[in-house]
Amino acid sequence: MTNIAEIQSQIKASSARSVVEAALTKARDNENYHALLSFTDSRALERADKVDSGQITGRLAGVPFVVKDNFLAFGAPTTAASHMLESFQAPLQATAIEKLEAEGAICIGKANLDAFAHGGSTENSAFGPTKNAFDMSRVAGGSSGGSAVVTALHIVPFALGSDTGGSIRQPASFNGVVGVKPTYGTVSRYGVVAMASSTDTIGTFATSAADAEFIMSIISGRDARDMTTLPDFFVPQAIRPAQKIGLIKEFMSDEVDPEVRARTNEYAERLRAEGHVVEEVSLPIVQYTLAMYYIIVPAEVSSNLARYDGIRYGHRAAAPTSLGDLYGRSRDEGFVAENKRRIMIGSYVLSSGFFDAYYQQAQKARTLLIRAFNELFESYDVLLGPVTPTPAFRLGENTSDPIKMYLADIMTVPASLAGIPAISVPAGVSQAGLPIGVQLIGQRRSDANLLSLARSLEEK
Amino acid sequence: MVTDETLAKYDMTIGIECHVQLATNTKLFSGANNDARDQSPNSVVSPIDFGLPGMLPVLNRGAVDLAIKAGKALESTIAHVSRFDRKHYFYPDLPKGYQTTQMYQPIIGPGIVHVPLDGEIIDVHIDHAHMEEDAGKLTHYGDYSLVDLNRAGTPLIEIVSEPDIHSPQAAKAYATELYYLMTYADVTRGDLYQGNMRFDVNLSVALKGATELGTRSEVKNLNSFRSVERAAEYEFRRQVERLERGERIIQETRGWDDATQKTASQRSKEDAQDYRYMPDADIPPIVLTDEEITRIQATVPPLPAEYRTQWLSLELDQSVVDSLLANRSYAVLISEIQRNAGDSIAKRVAHWFSSALGHDETETGIIASNFTPEGFIELATMVESNELSSTASKEIFVELLTSDQTPRQIAESKNLLQVSDEGAIAAIVDEVLADPASAQAVAAIKQGNDKVIGFLVGQIMKKSAGKANPALAQRLIRERLQ
Repeated sequence: MTNIAEIQSQIKASSARSVVEAALTKARDNENYHALLSFTDSRALERADKVDSGQITGRLAGVPFVVKDNFLAFGAPTTAASHMLESFQAPLQATAIEKLEAEGAICIGKANLDAFAHGGSTENSAFGPTKNAFDMSRVAGGSSGGSAVVTALHIVPFALGSDTGGSIRQPASFNGVVGVKPTYGTVSRYGVVAMASSTDTIGTFATSAADAEFIMSIISGRDARDMTTLPDFFVPQAIRPAQKIGLIKEFMSDEVDPEVRARTNEYAERLRAEGHVVEEVSLPIVQYTLAMYYIIVPAEVSSNLARYDGIRYGHRAAAPTSLGDLYGRSRDEGFVAENKRRIMIGSYVLSSGFFDAYYQQAQKARTLLIRAFNELFESYDVLLGPVTPTPAFRLGENTSDPIKMYLADIMTVPASLAGIPAISVPAGVSQAGLPIGVQLIGQRRSDANLLSLARSLEEK
Repeated sequence: MVTDETLAKYDMTIGIECHVQLATNTKLFSGANNDARDQSPNSVVSPIDFGLPGMLPVLNRGAVDLAIKAGKALESTIAHVSRFDRKHYFYPDLPKGYQTTQMYQPIIGPGIVHVPLDGEIIDVHIDHAHMEEDAGKLTHYGDYSLVDLNRAGTPLIEIVSEPDIHSPQAAKAYATELYYLMTYADVTRGDLYQGNMRFDVNLSVALKGATELGTRSEVKNLNSFRSVERAAEYEFRRQVERLERGERIIQETRGWDDATQKTASQRSKEDAQDYRYMPDADIPPIVLTDEEITRIQATVPPLPAEYRTQWLSLELDQSVVDSLLANRSYAVLISEIQRNAGDSIAKRVAHWFSSALGHDETETGIIASNFTPEGFIELATMVESNELSSTASKEIFVELLTSDQTPRQIAESKNLLQVSDEGAIAAIVDEVLADPASAQAVAAIKQGNDKVIGFLVGQIMKKSAGKANPALAQRLIRERLQ
């Protein structure tokens, strides 16, 4: 495993420059995975030299990392894996990147994703899919597939992603790394291309819970530029013994792959062995969460993507004949099919006459979901379940059936809609050698507890 | 053309929506300068106003405070919880593809505006007022258009009245009163030329006695009180004409053309867009306590009603009151003078201001806020003590507005002080009485024709070049002719 501590000792032994160069070389050697859309060589090496000369210091001085290409960053375009923003150069950086850079970390490239983070396989990238780190015929997962794969391939010790309905947890699970979706509002969304404002979260991939915990402690915190950020609360903590953990029954149905259930049960056993209590709990409302999610999120998507109109930046159609033609063709050419699908669903559910029937109903159901979670958290510290119904599926397997693709999100969207923290932790592999992760879900602001729990098990 | 008798068969019903630009330093959701006057295009635009990817709104608390103040002026309740929503449409002046506004839970609840008109008060109820951001500006040239986003993100409140207005005069009076309220409450800079307040007039007509309102039209973006009145007059006539011809009124948005003094259709309801309103999840609700609301509203300066009440003892004509209220700094000054020097002095100064400055809504160019009350009090006192004639005082008043001299210095330099030295005037009196030209008048007075004394006083004023105190001169004449 390549963790942050090992990278730091390599930097001490050689130089930040050599470590960054090695990461860039390894990234290029693995280009067949198509995990990265761009490299930020010159800025990265410049910063590495400054680390070596002592001009840049910090707790992550010289440590290379990668960000999902929906983060505004210097040194390469911010494309959101779309033709719309193919040549968009950001004039500023996301808060999360600024915080990492303030600690001396060095961004070496931008990771592939489903265009505008719409998808669960990275197959919706306008620039081609990312391949699974364990099986190149399978998907990386998504939408933060590139970030998961660069971490799994040990190109960098950590990578940033965004999670709106599972976009960190699912690819983390598919590629055998740790993925953190924090409490809504833990990390500033400033400078990250918005997907769904009420569920977008910024989190990290790492090869260990310990590293993820460390990165979260750096990137989290109140940001005056994002009004939805919470006051600082994330502090790494020691493992709390004898916790009560609820294994979500509805996530362990027959429809879930037997190997996924087996790994989840084994993880439950390991928790018991550590002195925690694991009991089956029921959360019946989860059967409605996909319906809620695919109303609320497309509604917000249709709104957040309205700014891409070809007027001020981004793709503009050639030789428009009218304003309507300019809008229509710029958006048609700039968005992928899945973007358009979500814009259309979102526009529909927000339309006059449908708003109450769809959007308002979904929001009411969402309140019931939050209430159901809160009731469970009166008795349980943590909830446990799989991340996805199956290990990574084959490239192209679900692309012709959007509903089937959406169903893969069934276990990740509840935490997103409830705004509560959930992490994906490696729990072994299938017989075919595909990674399987489990999900730990906690109440709002219990992020550090989830990570300490995962860390206590990986220390064994 | 319809006759006045035909018009008289109909009633009009008017509701007015007014956009008020808030006088904040920065925009509603960004740190960009909110004062775009004299700025080159697209020079006061932050990445947030520009709608760059990944940008998030940061609510300007100063704008919230101004909305709370506006609520006081409108005698409205302030919502303890209000929220922002997104109103979607595509247009190049709208960088995010949506306008951030308050559709479902506005900050300012129902209120009332008491509108003075022809010596009476019309109560216009306020449905609500909400906060929202302004859009940018488009300028069209031949086959292309230019976008200026300087105004994009400027904070506004939109004040929505109930349909309580029933004449063009009342519409104008309501617009004027709103202007007073918003400028007196320090909510807006109130520069009408810059579009700081813009009015949309919704008007429908119905036969007198009808129980249902007619179909309304909306005339948008009127930026003067006069155009509010004229547009209402025009629309009333236009709608009556249509109805008289047996046509129906189309619900539509119309524009006002100042040059032709006409409204013209812009778009009908059939092409109205579906704005797909939704809550804005990027902005947490505005949560206010009674304590906060009270604390902020306590900072609202006196409003027009307070001045009107205070000035009752001055017995000013309505037109004088209006001309003083038209610029708050005059009103403040008169009230200060009233407090410091009493009603009589204040009344004198009030009349000077009223006649010298008129009551046109356009700028006079004179900034009364630079004035201190002392000079005006001194001037009025000099008239009261007969040191100055009323005519001379008006001349000095005008001088005083642009001078840094005291009234006495101006009077002296212009040689306008009245002579109240009895010896000096007595000499002139004696001279006039001795003049053979006065003999006839003197004889008449002695026979009891007292009116003729005015002729002699006139002669004395003439000889003294207007400086003699006429009352003193009259007394001296009487003494000598007894």
